[in-house]
Amino acid sequence: MSDTIIIIPAYNEEDGIGQVIRDIRKVNPDIEVLVINDGSVDRTAEAAAAAGAIVLNHNFNMGYGVTIQTGYKFAYEKGYRYIVQIDGDGQHDPSFISQLLEPVRNGDVDFAIGSRFLWFDSYRPSFSRRLGILYFRKLVTVIIGREITDPTSGYQAFNRDVMKFFSTDIFPYDYPDADMLITLNLAGFRIREIPVRMYANPTGKTMHSGAKPLYYMIKMTLSILVTLLRNRQLYRR
Amino acid sequence: MTIKQQIFSILISVIVFILTIDLVRKKRLKEEYSLLWLATSSAMIILILRYDWLLALTRLIGAVLPTTTLFLGSILFLVLLSVQFSIKISKLSDQVKDLVQENALLRYEFEKSAGAKTVVPAPRIQPPADMNNQ
Repeated sequence: MSDTIIIIPAYNEEDGIGQVIRDIRKVNPDIEVLVINDGSVDRTAEAAAAAGAIVLNHNFNMGYGVTIQTGYKFAYEKGYRYIVQIDGDGQHDPSFISQLLEPVRNGDVDFAIGSRFLWFDSYRPSFSRRLGILYFRKLVTVIIGREITDPTSGYQAFNRDVMKFFSTDIFPYDYPDADMLITLNLAGFRIREIPVRMYANPTGKTMHSGAKPLYYMIKMTLSILVTLLRNRQLYRR
Repeated sequence: MTIKQQIFSILISVIVFILTIDLVRKKRLKEEYSLLWLATSSAMIILILRYDWLLALTRLIGAVLPTTTLFLGSILFLVLLSVQFSIKISKLSDQVKDLVQENALLRYEFEKSAGAKTVVPAPRIQPPADMNNQ
């Protein structure tokens, strides 16, 4: 058994998920792939199982954060040492998995996060999206005192210590991106950004549409503020 | 406060008090949630019967009319009730999250040990639009 597992949160991804898994297996044939099906109403689970992934099913739609945490809990229980987290919609180029894993495996860092802005030919998100990312980039950079160019990236790799930490109630499962980095930093984990290639979302589906981005930004900002106000003892490991 | 106002207020408070006790007795309301209701209706009854206390309280908070004090009290009660519910809902969400995750993991183990292929869940009821946040 490999000591690494690739986890893919999926909600209604029946069209693309099979191809994503096959692409991952092409470059990393030895690594186990886990798909967490977040109560999809289509045939995501069948498509993922047919492509050879382990599939976990949520009874109903719980949201992105809860879904990835289910993956962390599974990986921790099964004794995996490393997790790579990748989106199920084909935005993240799987050929960068080894680059993400390398510093974590070497023990240089605990948490590696893929940045589309550090790779020269990643797609550039829309202006409004970039504005949102820029806002969180500044916020996170100021709070943790180090430049993080792509704090909302879901392309990540980390070790068993982080896995264990994230399997507890401390995990900000509402919107685990910028907030998650700050939580990790408070807990003393070493974070590094790795350049990765990201593509535009081929399905055009996005969680950031309509009035949601504004709500998301306000909620995330609030979440970051209370994270900072929380008792530091909570982050002791 | 006119005698009419007094009778009406006492009547309402007594009805709320008895109704709450009855709901708890029938196990349709948990004791945990009944306390706030009982405390509020008791306070109302006491303040109406001991009118001088109500006047003193009115002067203390700087209100003009004693009825204002009673209204303020009811609004405060509603706010507290909402806060109590919000706290409870947050806790319940956490528990549902843990249950769904635990269920996903156990289900995997069960299906593996049963030797079955991945049993796929029946299509779910479409969740409300605001939950489709992936």
